[in-house]
Amino acid sequence: MTLTSDSKAKVSLPTDEQILITRDFDAPRRLVYKAFTTPELVERWWHAKRGEVTLVEIDLRVGGSWRYVMVTHDGTEVGFHGTYREVVPDERLVSTEVYEGLPEGVSEDDAMTVNTTTFAENDGRTTLTILVQAKSKVSRDAIIESGMEDGLQDALELLEQAALSLR
Amino acid sequence: MARAATTSDAFNAVAEPRRRAILDVLAGGERPVNELVQLVGVAQPQVSKHLRVLREVGAVEVREAGRQRLYRLNGEALKPIHDWVSNYERLWSDRFDELEVVLEDLKAKELGDDAD
Repeated sequence: MTLTSDSKAKVSLPTDEQILITRDFDAPRRLVYKAFTTPELVERWWHAKRGEVTLVEIDLRVGGSWRYVMVTHDGTEVGFHGTYREVVPDERLVSTEVYEGLPEGVSEDDAMTVNTTTFAENDGRTTLTILVQAKSKVSRDAIIESGMEDGLQDALELLEQAALSLR
Repeated sequence: MARAATTSDAFNAVAEPRRRAILDVLAGGERPVNELVQLVGVAQPQVSKHLRVLREVGAVEVREAGRQRLYRLNGEALKPIHDWVSNYERLWSDRFDELEVVLEDLKAKELGDDAD
């Protein structure tokens, strides 16, 4: 496996309602796009070593829906779904996303994010950016703050939820 | 009344490029405003405005020294900001590490196909 010079994902918060995730890959963008949009391939990386992906449905067209489900190491099932709003092959995807285990009293509409994924190629390498647009600062912060729970087994579920809420 | 700064407020305060430049300079030691103006290359009113935001979130502290006010970095205040997103970043790093393995497989497969 090729190690990039900086193999960490970078997370920043451009505005109060946004999260921006970026990472470079040593591969042309059509392959990164393929890995992002082919169910059998998504199954292999979306788990982030925290469990097993049990379902990946991708109806890759404007208005088409997607749904990802995984079971974490402690047996918790977490699911996310949404709808594609823009599909520009090899370049750009815009989709909505909702976490399926929202606490009571939180509406899907308020918790929904709009995620813009961009694949930019330069010299055979691809810069992937995922811009997560939440409806409110509270909603954005909730996604990140659940990620504060660290290391402890009994906190794993929260960590998963927070982390996975970006798909 | 000013509300208490949250970690995300602090993160946003630090995310602004000129404020980061100010923090970089202060990482090298205490400075009065006029030196920050020179080193960061931004007019004094702007530097003062940025310093006010940084002080509100606790990233910068100030003390009187004679007729000068000296600004310094508060590293303690910055640690929670780092921790705040680090788990998040770790998840995506782990996810992308796995994605990289998939990409290597796809590249190898393409090379194999070309050889046919």
